[in-house]
Amino acid sequence: MKLSKEECLETIYRAIDELNTTREDNEKIVQGNSTALYGPQSPMDSVDLVNLLLSIEETLEDDFDIHFTIANEKAMSLKNSPFRTVETLAAYIFESATE
Amino acid sequence: MQSNQTKVVLITGTSKGIGLALAQWFLSLGYIVVGCSRSACPIQQDNYEHFQVDITDELQVKRLFSTIRKKHRRLDFLINNAGVAAMNHAILTPLESVERVFSTNVFASFLFCREAVKLMRKNKFGRIVNFSTVAVPFNLEGEAIYAASKSAIETLTKILAKEFAEFGVTVNAIGPSPIQTDLIKNVPADKIENLLNKQSIKRLGEFDDVKNVIEFFTRAESDFITGQIVYLGGA
Repeated sequence: MKLSKEECLETIYRAIDELNTTREDNEKIVQGNSTALYGPQSPMDSVDLVNLLLSIEETLEDDFDIHFTIANEKAMSLKNSPFRTVETLAAYIFESATE
Repeated sequence: MQSNQTKVVLITGTSKGIGLALAQWFLSLGYIVVGCSRSACPIQQDNYEHFQVDITDELQVKRLFSTIRKKHRRLDFLINNAGVAAMNHAILTPLESVERVFSTNVFASFLFCREAVKLMRKNKFGRIVNFSTVAVPFNLEGEAIYAASKSAIETLTKILAKEFAEFGVTVNAIGPSPIQTDLIKNVPADKIENLLNKQSIKRLGEFDDVKNVIEFFTRAESDFITGQIVYLGGA
């Protein structure tokens, strides 16, 4: 099944929503294209990032019948990590899912 | 965090031997048991579901877990029981045997651990039990490849215990002594006798010995027990 760029973003936002259900009000992750997912600017720790990526993988599988491991070797070896922001992750998912 | 819904247990290698007996035991406790093996399973019960899969095939394994997630929305215990042995002098061991043993014993166990924790994290609860062997601490001649693969399982168990702790998942391993199953049916009696003599308690293991350790590892109260290897018979 084809996946649009908007659907990639929506999938990430849904995963952030799910993650936010477990966080205090003052620790909610802001939904925005420039929200940092990784690195010193990110409000998330490594476990949050793992949970976020797994939620995204589940949605891709359930709603779009797309099966792939986001944190694969290609993603980990890229000079610019695709996990920097919501926008870079959405672009990476779109590119990988439509290859 | 444990919920009160019926627990779901996944056991690999349930067509015979220890895996079959464990599946029957968990069913008798009222759990939902999902089993898998290359061949069919004799268990016919409402709470038992069998998948004929090649546990070394990542796609097949991912499909199995996807089915569990969609049907049960949870996984409480994973018992990584399936394994193969190769007992031969290293000089006479073809590389194909090495690859087969590592694929089933190490790579498949890793695949199942990785996919299981994805499901277990949802309830912040899970118990994973891997299978090692007394051949590891005894450094048994003729079992270089089998023992090396189980050594890898022990290291995997200890490191995954650390990585999975923050998800509420414990990872432990049992190291059975020889038990009268298909795994040792071709091992000469004198070899078994020699091995038993290395144990503190010199007898063959029984299913109840394995069950006892697995019962301990999977108990709710064992949430502070992780990264441990328990050898039967005293190794």
